[in-house]
Amino acid sequence: MREIEFDEVVKAVRNMIIHCGTDLPQDTYDALVVAMEEEKSHVSKEVIRQILENANIAKDEKRPLCQDTGLAVFFVKVGDEVKIKGGLLKDAINKGTEQGYTDAYLRASTCEPFSRANLKDTVGYNLPAIIHFDIVAGDKIDIEYAAKGGGSENVSRARVFPPAAGKEGIIEYVKEVISDAGGNPCPPITVGIGIGGTFEKAAISSKHALFRDIGSKNEDPEMDEMEQVILDEINNLGIGAMGMGGTKTALAVHIESNPCHIASLPVSVNVQCHSSRHTHITI
Amino acid sequence: MAKTYYLTTPLSSEDTRALKSGDIVYISGTIFTARDAAHKRLVELIEKGEELPFDIEGSVIYFVGPTPPKPGDPIGSAGPTTSYRMDSYSPIMLEHGSKGMIGKGKRSQEVKDACKMYDGIYFGATGGAGALLGKKIKSAEVIAYPELGPEAVRKLEVENFPVTVINDTYGNDLYQMGREMYEVK
Repeated sequence: MREIEFDEVVKAVRNMIIHCGTDLPQDTYDALVVAMEEEKSHVSKEVIRQILENANIAKDEKRPLCQDTGLAVFFVKVGDEVKIKGGLLKDAINKGTEQGYTDAYLRASTCEPFSRANLKDTVGYNLPAIIHFDIVAGDKIDIEYAAKGGGSENVSRARVFPPAAGKEGIIEYVKEVISDAGGNPCPPITVGIGIGGTFEKAAISSKHALFRDIGSKNEDPEMDEMEQVILDEINNLGIGAMGMGGTKTALAVHIESNPCHIASLPVSVNVQCHSSRHTHITI
Repeated sequence: MAKTYYLTTPLSSEDTRALKSGDIVYISGTIFTARDAAHKRLVELIEKGEELPFDIEGSVIYFVGPTPPKPGDPIGSAGPTTSYRMDSYSPIMLEHGSKGMIGKGKRSQEVKDACKMYDGIYFGATGGAGALLGKKIKSAEVIAYPELGPEAVRKLEVENFPVTVINDTYGNDLYQMGREMYEVK
């Protein structure tokens, strides 16, 4: 059994949050550079230019990329030969989240659902984090993190189709979701699609799909082809950067597919804004 | 063809009627921040006939909830939030003299109609460009509802704050116009 100090996890989580708040990941930056070059609309081109200038300022001056510094979302794979010394792993991740958001002057965006009271002074600064755990073999902890903003989350949807809907039904549904969203989720977007599983499995898969690096290939050739088809369909909608009209509405489409019940075809579409702040560490 | 304008607040009807959807505008002067929670309270004050925490005549309202400032800075990152959440409040603000709104994303027909009726403009700023836009803000002061945290009403002094005209006073909508131009059917 390998023992990892509670404080080591806190520190690692804190550091990844601070880094992600100000430094746009390279995969996203590179994809935006290509999008700016290829965009046909001058207005949208200028918007992407501003987005890249913003990323440079944020990195150089250590300022948050966006005022919506998100809810902290984690996918954690815990090795079955790991023990946290001095506390619970969940508590360490929450503590690291609070420290990172406080120390980097990121915004506390969690609130009570109905009174809308900010939870920073009661539950903790930008707490609780959203954490999805999985147990795997080994003596390491693998932590994937993303800061998930509200604008793109608000246009995300899930639905359980009858199996007859097939691929075509899913493609039409994704187009409908993105078309209705227009400029609200801050395009150029990344679209995460969870297919199969159960209602909640599809939703979690669509979230996890957004953690994949833009420009990486889907290991499943059938899904890889479907990603390309949907990407083209989305870019033909004409929404453009910030909805101002253009040819680059999405940077990428990522699909995660799971086996499902013989009666169902669950689909979830989770949208990520252009400020795709995600990172990954192994302890 | 889109034009570029440099305007100083407060805005007059003469200022706003000159603008067309797609024009680029650099705003300087005083603007006020408000999101959903603050709008709810401001509209309640208007309905009760009570005084607002700022002069609404010719005002520009920025839909933003900034990050906390780093020591020595007036404000943190401060890009626009999604505007539709203010749709039910904006027509009342425009009716009572406000002339401009800065946000992101499409507005309701009621807001577009109110822009036509009261010479209002809906400006779009680049969402997610909070570091760049925050630097255009030279000072910030909370003037109402500090308990709302990031959602409090702030008085901002801005210099050449870059925005694009989305909805003008003639009923045009850049989101519709732009999309129709690039949609492949």
